[in-house]
Amino acid sequence: MNHTRLIIEREYVTQVKNKKFLLMTLLTPLLFGGLSLFVFYLMSVNDDSIKNITVSDNSGVFENSLLSSETIEFSFLNDLDQEQAKKISKERNDYGLIFIPEIENTTDIDYVALSESIKFISEEAPSITMIRTIEKKLEKILTNLNYTSIGLDLNKIEESKIYLSLFQESFDGEETTKSDGVAKMVFGLILGMLLYMFVFIYGSTIMRSVLEEKTSRIVEIIISSVKPTQLMMGKIIGTSLVAFTQIFIWIILSLIISALASSFMGVSASELNSVDLNDPQFASGLQSGLAAIFNLPLLNILIAFVLFFISGLFLYGSIFAAIGAAVDSETDSNQFMLPISIPLVIALYVGMLTVSEDPSGTIPTIFSHIPFTSPIVMMMRIPYGVPIIEQIISLSILIITFFGCVWFAAKIYRVGILMYGQKPSYKDLFKWLKY
Amino acid sequence: MNNFLSIDSVSKNFGNYKALNNVSVDIPKGSIFGLLGPNGAGKTTLIRIINQISIPDTGKVMLNGEILNSSHIREIGYLPEERGLYKSMKVGEQALYLAQLKGMSRLDAKKQLKYWFDKFEIGDWWDKKIIELSKGMAQKVQFIVTVLHKPSLLIFDEPFSGFDPINANIIKDEILQLRDEGSTVIFSTHRMESVEELCDHIALIHKSNKVLDGNLNEIKRQYKTNTFEVGLVCNEQRVLKQLISSKFNSVDASFRSLGKELKLNITLESNQTSNELLNFLSSNAEVNHFMEVVPSANDIFIQTINNQK
Repeated sequence: MNHTRLIIEREYVTQVKNKKFLLMTLLTPLLFGGLSLFVFYLMSVNDDSIKNITVSDNSGVFENSLLSSETIEFSFLNDLDQEQAKKISKERNDYGLIFIPEIENTTDIDYVALSESIKFISEEAPSITMIRTIEKKLEKILTNLNYTSIGLDLNKIEESKIYLSLFQESFDGEETTKSDGVAKMVFGLILGMLLYMFVFIYGSTIMRSVLEEKTSRIVEIIISSVKPTQLMMGKIIGTSLVAFTQIFIWIILSLIISALASSFMGVSASELNSVDLNDPQFASGLQSGLAAIFNLPLLNILIAFVLFFISGLFLYGSIFAAIGAAVDSETDSNQFMLPISIPLVIALYVGMLTVSEDPSGTIPTIFSHIPFTSPIVMMMRIPYGVPIIEQIISLSILIITFFGCVWFAAKIYRVGILMYGQKPSYKDLFKWLKY
Repeated sequence: MNNFLSIDSVSKNFGNYKALNNVSVDIPKGSIFGLLGPNGAGKTTLIRIINQISIPDTGKVMLNGEILNSSHIREIGYLPEERGLYKSMKVGEQALYLAQLKGMSRLDAKKQLKYWFDKFEIGDWWDKKIIELSKGMAQKVQFIVTVLHKPSLLIFDEPFSGFDPINANIIKDEILQLRDEGSTVIFSTHRMESVEELCDHIALIHKSNKVLDGNLNEIKRQYKTNTFEVGLVCNEQRVLKQLISSKFNSVDASFRSLGKELKLNITLESNQTSNELLNFLSSNAEVNHFMEVVPSANDIFIQTINNQK
C-alpha cells in the first residue's frame, strides 16, 4: 500500500508541477468565458440592426395600424403595382417588401380573403422569426378588424381574456417554476459536459503517462519493485486527484472572479438589487433564477457528482491505461480510441436530446444504468430529481463494472508494458488475458 | 547447500510459445554467475521470474532458502537490458523515488545517494534532468539506482552496453567490490570476454532449455581436449613434422609470433603426458612456445549451441 501511495504522490506532483497543468487550469475558464462572451456579442450584433421593410398597401387597411417596432421599420407606399413596388424596395436595399393588393369592396371587407392575398417578397430568404413576427402583427390587426366588423367590442374581448401561469409543485411538495426547468437543464448539461471532458482529458493523460514509462523503458525497473496492478492503480488515482484539483481550482477561481467582477464594475449585490427593483419583471426573473438554483437538490448533486466522477474516471482510466500499455506510441492508440469514444459520445447525445424532454423516460433511465454511459447521463438527470435508490443501483453497477474492467485492464497492462515493437490486434489482447 | 538462489524445474509458456522448459539452475552465494545464451533463448524471461515480474507456470524459485515472495523485492537489484529513466524528472528526485519503491526510507536513500554520487563524482547532477545527460551518464545513474539499497542479489542484464571502456572498467570494479562485500551477482551477457573476466559460474540457455551449467573452470576442464599449441625452431621443418606425427596426433596451427617457427596443435592420447611431449620436442628442436589449449567461454558457447542443432 505504501508503494501505491508513493506512485500516486509522484504521479500527482509531476502532473501538477507541470507548466501545462497550470496553463490549462488558468486558460480553460478564460477561454470558455471568452468564447461565450464572443458568441453573446455575435448574437447581439446579429440582432442589433433595424430591418427596413417596405409595405405597399393598396388596401389602405394597414396604413395606421401596422406600427414600426425596435427591430422593424415599416415604410408605406401607395397605389403601386407589385413590379413598381418591388423595384422601389430593391433600390432602397430593403430587407423585404410586404405587398397587399387592392380590395374591390371597401365597405364590406372580406378579411379572410385579404389575409390570404398578402405576400412577402425579399431578395434573400428571411429568418423564420422575422416571418413569424410579421405574421403575428398582421394577424392581430386583421383579427381585431374582423371582430369589429361582426359587431364585437374589442375592449370587452380584451377585458374578458384570462392569462394563466400554472403553479407547479412536485409530489414532495416543493414548488417549481419554469426557470427551475431551465436551471435543471443547464446544470445537468454543464455537469455532463464536464464529465465528458474530464474523462477524455484525464483518460488520455493516464494513457500518455503509461506510454512514457513504456517507451522510456523505466517500467521494467518499477515493476521489479511493485506489482503492475499497483502501478496502474497508482496512476489512475494520482491522475484523478489532479482532475479534482483542477475542478477545485476552477471553483475557487470562479468565486474570486465573480467577486472581483462585481467590485470592479462598482455594483455591489445590494446596489444591483435596488437597481433591479425599478424593473420588477427583471428583478423577479433574477430572483426566480436564483431560487431555481437553490431549489435544485444541491447536496445530492454534489455527492453524486463526486461519486460518479470518481467511478467514471476510474472506469475509463483503467481502459486508457490498458491501451497505453498495449501500444508503442500515441499514434498507434487510435485504433483502440474509437470503441472508447462511442459510448461517451452516445451518452452525451442521449443526455442532451432525451433528458430535458422526459428525465425519467425509458431511454434516459436505461442509459443512466449502463456503466459506460451512466456517469454522464445520470449527472444530467439528477438535477431533475432521481430517486436515491436508483442512483445507488446505477452507481453499484458502475463500481462493479469498474472492478471487472480493472481486472481485464491489469492483465493487458501486465503483459503489454513489456511488449515492444508490435502493434497488437484485438486478438493479441485477448491472448494476453490468458498469459 | 550453499546456493543463494535456486531455480527448480521452472517452465513458462506464453500462449503456445514455450519460453522456458523445465529449467533448473543453482547460483552459489557470493558468486558472479553468468547467464548466457543466444538472443531469444529465454534469459530475460528467467530474469523476470526471479524479479517476480512474471510468475512461472510450474516449478519454484528459492532465495536464501525461502520460496520467492514479495519481501524479497528489497533483496534484489535489477539493471534491465532495455534501460531508461523518466526523461523530464530530475536525477535526484527519481533516484529517491526508485529507492523508496525498493523500500528505503527517504532519509536513508538520500544518504546513500550522496555516497554514490560522490564516489562517481556526479554530485552536481542532482538537479539535472535525464534529458540533459548523455547516454553514458544516464547509465551511471541507473547503475547507482540498482545497487543503492544494498541488495544481496544483483541482476545485471548487459551492464556494459553503452559505456565507454573507462566507465565500463569503473563499473566492472564496482561489481567485483559488491561481490567481495557479499552480494551474489547474476550477469547476463553476450560479451564472452567479460564472462571470462568476471564469472566463476555459468549457465547456458538455448531455445528455452538449459544446456550447460556449472563452475566455469570445471566446464573448461571438461571441454579441454589435451591439445597443446607448440612453436618449434629448426632447419628441417618438414622432417621434424613427420617425426612428430609418427608419434603424436598433430595438425598445423596458426598463432601470432615473431619468428617463422613450425606451428602445430598436438593432441595427446590418454596414455601420453604433457611431459613426454615436451621432452620429445625439446630433444628434437628448440621449443619457443608451449601452451595447453584451454577452450574459451566463447568456444564452449559456440560448440554447445552447434551441438544442439
